[in-house]
Amino acid sequence: MRHVISVLVENEPGVLSRVSGLFSGRGFNIESLTVAETIDPTASRMTIVTRGDDQILEQISKQLNKLINVIKVNDLTGKSFVNREMVLIKVAAEDATRAEVLRIVDIFRGKVVDVSPKSYTIEITGDEGKLEAIIDLLKPLRIIDLVRTGQVAIPRGKKDLQYVKNHDKNI
Amino acid sequence: MKLSGAKILLKCLQLEGVGKIFGYPGGAVLDIFDQLFDSPIDLILVRHEQAAVHAADGFARTTGKVGVCLVTSGPGATNTVTGIATAYMDSIPLLIFTGQVPTKLIGNDAFQEADMVGITRPCTKHNYLIKDVNSLSKCIKEAFYIARTGRPGPVLIDLPKDVMKELTSFTYPDKVELKSYQPTYQGHRGQIKKMADLLLKSKKPVIYAGGGIISSGASSQLLRLAEMLSIPVTTSLMGIGGFPGPHPLNLGMLGMHGTFRANMAITGCDLLITLGARFADRDTGKIDGFAPHSKIIHVDIDPTSISKNVQVDIPIVGDVKLVLQELINILEKEEKTGRESHSKEWLTQISEWKKTHPLAYSQKDRIKPQYVVEKIYEMTGGDAIISTEVGQNQMWASQYYLFKEPRTFLTSGGLGTMGYGFPAAIGAQVAFPDKTVIDIAGDGSIQMNIQELATAVQYNLPVKIAILNNGYLGMVRQWQELFYQKRYSHTCMDVAPDFVKLADAYGILGLRATKPDEVVPVIEEALSSPKPVIMDFVVEKEEGVYPMVPAGKPINQMLLV
Ligand SMILES: Cc1ncc(C[n+]2csc(CCOP(=O)(O)OP(=O)(O)O)c2C)c(N)n1
Ligand SMILES: [Mg+2]
Repeated sequence: MRHVISVLVENEPGVLSRVSGLFSGRGFNIESLTVAETIDPTASRMTIVTRGDDQILEQISKQLNKLINVIKVNDLTGKSFVNREMVLIKVAAEDATRAEVLRIVDIFRGKVVDVSPKSYTIEITGDEGKLEAIIDLLKPLRIIDLVRTGQVAIPRGKKDLQYVKNHDKNI
Repeated sequence: MKLSGAKILLKCLQLEGVGKIFGYPGGAVLDIFDQLFDSPIDLILVRHEQAAVHAADGFARTTGKVGVCLVTSGPGATNTVTGIATAYMDSIPLLIFTGQVPTKLIGNDAFQEADMVGITRPCTKHNYLIKDVNSLSKCIKEAFYIARTGRPGPVLIDLPKDVMKELTSFTYPDKVELKSYQPTYQGHRGQIKKMADLLLKSKKPVIYAGGGIISSGASSQLLRLAEMLSIPVTTSLMGIGGFPGPHPLNLGMLGMHGTFRANMAITGCDLLITLGARFADRDTGKIDGFAPHSKIIHVDIDPTSISKNVQVDIPIVGDVKLVLQELINILEKEEKTGRESHSKEWLTQISEWKKTHPLAYSQKDRIKPQYVVEKIYEMTGGDAIISTEVGQNQMWASQYYLFKEPRTFLTSGGLGTMGYGFPAAIGAQVAFPDKTVIDIAGDGSIQMNIQELATAVQYNLPVKIAILNNGYLGMVRQWQELFYQKRYSHTCMDVAPDFVKLADAYGILGLRATKPDEVVPVIEEALSSPKPVIMDFVVEKEEGVYPMVPAGKPINQMLLV
C-alpha cells in the first residue's frame, strides 16, 4: 500500500543523504521525496511517498526514527490530511490546438506561465488524481516535457505535524 | 586562554576518562600526534589501521567502555571501514577520529582526501565532519554519548587539518541535549506483566539470549530469571558469555552450528523469550520453521529489531537489564517462583537430547581442532579472554570453550570479519594486561592481520595465538564439500609461512604440535611464557563443523557428524 510519511529533520548538511541512503540501503522504495526548511529554520520537513506492506512501513518509520538527525516521523496514511503536488507541463500548442489547451487549463484552474509560438507552459496544483487527469487529457495534444514537485502533505484541522511523538516507544 | 583543536580533542578524551587509544599517524593528523607526544594519553601504534579499529573494538568489548582510535585521512581512513562495519554489526561502542584535508580543499580531490562521512554513513551509528573548531567539544561529547547509549555503536568524527590548528576557548559541555535521540530504557510495565503471566503459564519455555545481555550488563538478572523458573537458555554467538557456559540450564548456541538440543528446544518450545537478540538469519534458519509452536516475547532496546524478521506476541522496547529486573520484581512479589514441576518433563526431554546428540568428535592419530579448543578450555580453567577469527575456528571455539563470564568472548558475529581476532586480542590485552588472552585462529584468517605481531611485541602484549592449521579456508571448503561436490575451488591454502619461523622473526615464541599428545605440552608452554606466542596446531585437514543447518533450512534439520 501507498503511504505518505512526513519527517521532521534537523536542517543540517547530509541529512537528506542519510535518509535517501537508508531507503536505498534497505531496499525501501521512494516514489517521491520533497524537502525544505520549516517555520523553524533549524528544522526541515520531508514528505516521502513510499509503498510497502505493513511490516515494511513499520520498518521504514522505525529506521527513520533511528537516524540521529530525525526529530519526528509521522505516517499520515489513514489519518485525515491534505496533500498537494505541483506540475509544470510544457505542451505543444499549434494553431489547431492552442484553444483546446487553454480550455483544459481553464477547467483545471491551471495557469499559463510561459508562452512561445509553438508551446504553452502551464502550472497545475492539486492532488495526484487531478494531476493525472490533466496529464491524460494533454497527452494527445503532445506534452513536450513535464516536471512534478512530488507531494507535500499536512494534517487537517488544528493538529500540527509534531503530534506523534517517537511513536515506536514501547510499540 | 585559547586552545587549538588538537589540544581540545585530547582534553575531551581525558575528560571522558580515555587513557589508551589505537592509531596510526599521517599528514592530516600531524597536529594531533604532536600533542600526543607529551600527553598522558597512550597511543598504541598498530601496523594497519583496520587493526586499530579491531583493537579498539576488543578493548570496548572486554571493558564495556568506548574504544577510541585515531587515523589519518584518505587511505588511513578508508582502511578503518572494515573495522567500523564489524563494530556496527555487533553494536560495539567506538569513536573513530579520522584526519581530513583542510576545509577549503574538501571536495577538490585533494591529496589523501576521502569522503569519510559519506563512506561510513551506512556503517556508523552517527558521524560528524567538524567544520568549525567551536563545535568540536560539543560534537565529541555527543559522539561518546551516542556511541554508548541506546543500542551502542561506532561513531566517526572527521577532523579537517585546519580545524585542528584553529584556536578557541575550551569548554566541555556537561550535558548532552539531543532532541531527536532519546533511547527508551524502561520497558512498558503492562507488557512486562503480560510477559510474567506467559512465563508462568508456559510448559516448555526457552530463553534465546543475544549480545544485548552483554551490552546492557544483564547476565546476573538472566541467571536469576532462568534459575527462578528453571528455564533453559540458548544464546546466539553474540550472547555467549551472557549465561554461564557450564550451567546445567545452558543449551549452548542455537542456529546454523548450534547444538542439537538448542535447535530442538527452539523448535519444540511453547514460549520463546528473546532477550537482546535480533533473530539473525544465522540463528533462525528458515523463518517459518523457527519456534513454530511458540508464543514469542521480544525484549530489545532497538525498536527496529522488533518485528523485523519475526512477528512477535509481546514486544518490549527497553534495556534488557531493566526489563528483567522489573520482571523479577513482579515474579518475586507474586511469590510465583517455584515452577519447577511444570517444566520437569521439558527439562528431561532436553537432557535426553543432550545425551543422544552431544557435541562430539573422535580423534585418532591426527589432531582434531575441537580437541585443541577443549584443552585450551581445560588448561585456562575457562578464565581466559578468547577472541576468534572467522570460519571453522570460530565455530569450534564457540562450541567447545565454555565461557563463564560476559565480556570474555570476542568474535565478529554480524559481519564475520576474518582478521578480527588477533587485533581484538591485542585490544583486550591492553585493557587487561594480566589476563590470559588467546586468539583461536584459522591459518587463513591469521594472515589477514598477521602484521600486528610487531604491535604485540612493541607493547609487551603477551597475546597467545592458537592457529587451528588445516591448510584450508576451512569453512568455505566445508560448504564446497557439502554443496558443491567437493570442488575445492581456491580454498586450499597450502602455501603459508612457517608460523614457527615467523614467530622467530618477530622475536617471540613459536610452537608446533602435529600429534595429539603434543597439544597439551604446547599449550602449557605457551601459557607459561611471558611473551606473545604462536601455537601452530597442524590439525585434521578436512574436519567439518557439526551440527550444521544448511542455509535456508529450518533449524531442526541438522546435518550431524
Ligand atoms: C575478510 C573475509 N574474507 C572472506 C571471508 C569468507 N570466509 C569465511 S570463513 C573463510 C575461511 C577462513 O579460513 P581459516 O581462517 O583458515 O579458518 P578455518 O575455517 O579453516 O578454521 C572465508 C574465506 C570472510 N569471512 N572474511
Ligand atoms: Mg583454515
